[in-house]
Amino acid sequence: MEISREVLLDMYTRMVKIRKFEERVAELFAQGKVLGFVHLYIGEEAVAVGVCENLKEEDYITSTHRGHGHLIAKGGDLKYMMAELFGKETGYCKGKGGSMHIADATKGILGANGIVGGGFPIAAGAALSAKMRGTDQVAVCFFGDGASNQATFHEALNIASIWKLPVVFVCENNLYGISMRQDRHQAIKDIADRAVGYGIPGVTVDGNDVLAVYEVAKEAINRARNGAGPTLVECKTYRYRGHFEGDPTVYRPKEEVEEWLAKDPILRLTRYILDNDIASEKELKDIEAKIIEEVEEAVKFAEESPYPKEEAAVEDVYTDIVEEVRVR
Amino acid sequence: MRIMTYAEALREALRNEMKRDPRVFLLGEDIGVFGGTFGVTKGLLEEFGEDRVRDTPISETAITGVAIGAAATGMRPVAELMFMDFVTVAMDQLVNQAAKMRYMFGGKITIPMVLRMPAGAGIQAAAQHSQSLEAWFTHVPGLKVVYPSTPKDALGLLISAIRDDNPVVFVEHKVLYSMKGEVPDTNEPIPLGVADVKREGEDVTIVATGLMVHKALKAAEELAKEGIEAEVIDPRTLFPLDKETIYSSLKKTHRIVIVTEEVKRGSWAGELAAMIAEEMFDYLDAQIVRVCALNTPIPFTTVLENVVIPNEVDIIKAVKSIV
Repeated sequence: MEISREVLLDMYTRMVKIRKFEERVAELFAQGKVLGFVHLYIGEEAVAVGVCENLKEEDYITSTHRGHGHLIAKGGDLKYMMAELFGKETGYCKGKGGSMHIADATKGILGANGIVGGGFPIAAGAALSAKMRGTDQVAVCFFGDGASNQATFHEALNIASIWKLPVVFVCENNLYGISMRQDRHQAIKDIADRAVGYGIPGVTVDGNDVLAVYEVAKEAINRARNGAGPTLVECKTYRYRGHFEGDPTVYRPKEEVEEWLAKDPILRLTRYILDNDIASEKELKDIEAKIIEEVEEAVKFAEESPYPKEEAAVEDVYTDIVEEVRVR
Repeated sequence: MRIMTYAEALREALRNEMKRDPRVFLLGEDIGVFGGTFGVTKGLLEEFGEDRVRDTPISETAITGVAIGAAATGMRPVAELMFMDFVTVAMDQLVNQAAKMRYMFGGKITIPMVLRMPAGAGIQAAAQHSQSLEAWFTHVPGLKVVYPSTPKDALGLLISAIRDDNPVVFVEHKVLYSMKGEVPDTNEPIPLGVADVKREGEDVTIVATGLMVHKALKAAEELAKEGIEAEVIDPRTLFPLDKETIYSSLKKTHRIVIVTEEVKRGSWAGELAAMIAEEMFDYLDAQIVRVCALNTPIPFTTVLENVVIPNEVDIIKAVKSIV
């Protein structure tokens, strides 16, 4: 299938945006400006972008602890994301969530999630809600190879399959559940094989090829939207950074990392765009320059934003109860 | 006034809310065709159809998580766990997801869901089907915890729980399901966070929950024969807690006994005792006494179950130790 210039450039833009945002986050984390745990998505951009390119604004996603890529791909605003990473009042979650808990209900982003596998049933629930409300919304649940071993995977895929829910389960198989290589944490090679157990389609795709991800996701999402039920999509990919920033990654060989760096998803899309005369090198450079500017604006916004007031600590626990604040 | 069982009152609340609000739907194990293990949802499948009365696989995590996802996106699910004990299987979804989403996301997502669960001993269901784990939930900021003791309260509180915009853990006592009682003719909500004085008295305050409210009332009748007038308060919601009603009773009686079916160690009863010790110390004329289950799993055979679960004699003895 022919993918339009517009879609290709949009995907390029989003992928570069994720890369540039996260490279900056890595620097800021090293400088101590970004707080807490940070799990970077660099290297996996083709998955989030190839999938979300097929989603409408009102569609839902559930994300993971490695969530920046999903958020940006689904239309998250860099300013509010960066401010959240800084722990500022202007952040997406007013500084109460941080990297692992960013959500934007207005864009259907039902939250990053600090619990591995936590999003499966929630995505199924959002899909059930869409179905019951009679909308054509679809939910996409992003998760990793490690999460495929959680009990939630089984319960949610089973219930989604019997109820034919409009949900697509997208596995980012980056070969490692934290430090444990896939061949040590499960006895199968292709996680998509597990779809058989639920009577749903399972597809494995090169997760570093955004065009391939886009095509597979399009079919799965259309299938969900048309009432045919869930699909399990497995995208084979690799994270360039450690599990978290500061992880020395002693568990993976250098040759393996080199091998995957050569399969870089952004380089591949760039080559495709240039080889097929879809855009010029200058056009791509202009896009990149604009993104760098946007990232810097986000950093500036985050740096200049205030921290939350102390009273905020006891707000938002309930809709109607403010907990007692400590008097110092 | 109508006469209803506790189970019928719960069903009436579900029916009332499902009729009133198309966003309300039910999901749980065997709640449809079978009508619920304790019969609470009997007839609702026929009345509302399988889209809104959803039989689920035996998957407590999925039941809870699906309810969360639906609640976050515009529905108002009421999920049933067959026994409170099974919430252990769903704890991540309840504690790490439902309870925290609003806060983590800066107040921008709300989770209006109810998780119903039968608690308590008394039917020889043994250690994995008899627990009273309410303290686990009052310990988690973001959850409300409701525990009715009468059909009237069951009806009014469940209506409020369903209308509440926060995740509510709704505890039901399995021995009470068949208990009959008077219920108002109209289905009115009873606000969460308002205790009910089930019996007035001047000599001692007894705070009791669930089935223990009835044991406390029986104990109070016995005590009255000996000239001791106990005030029996049912908090009805464990969080938010109506401290004012308990404290104003205490200002009158200066003595308090707390009766719950929980294992005593680490109980909600302990939390209430600590609050009273911190905030009402000057009003106390005697030590705070707790009457709870023993610190054991719930045994199977009736003779042992009766040893572990508090009864009227234990309550009378506790009262007499401080009056």
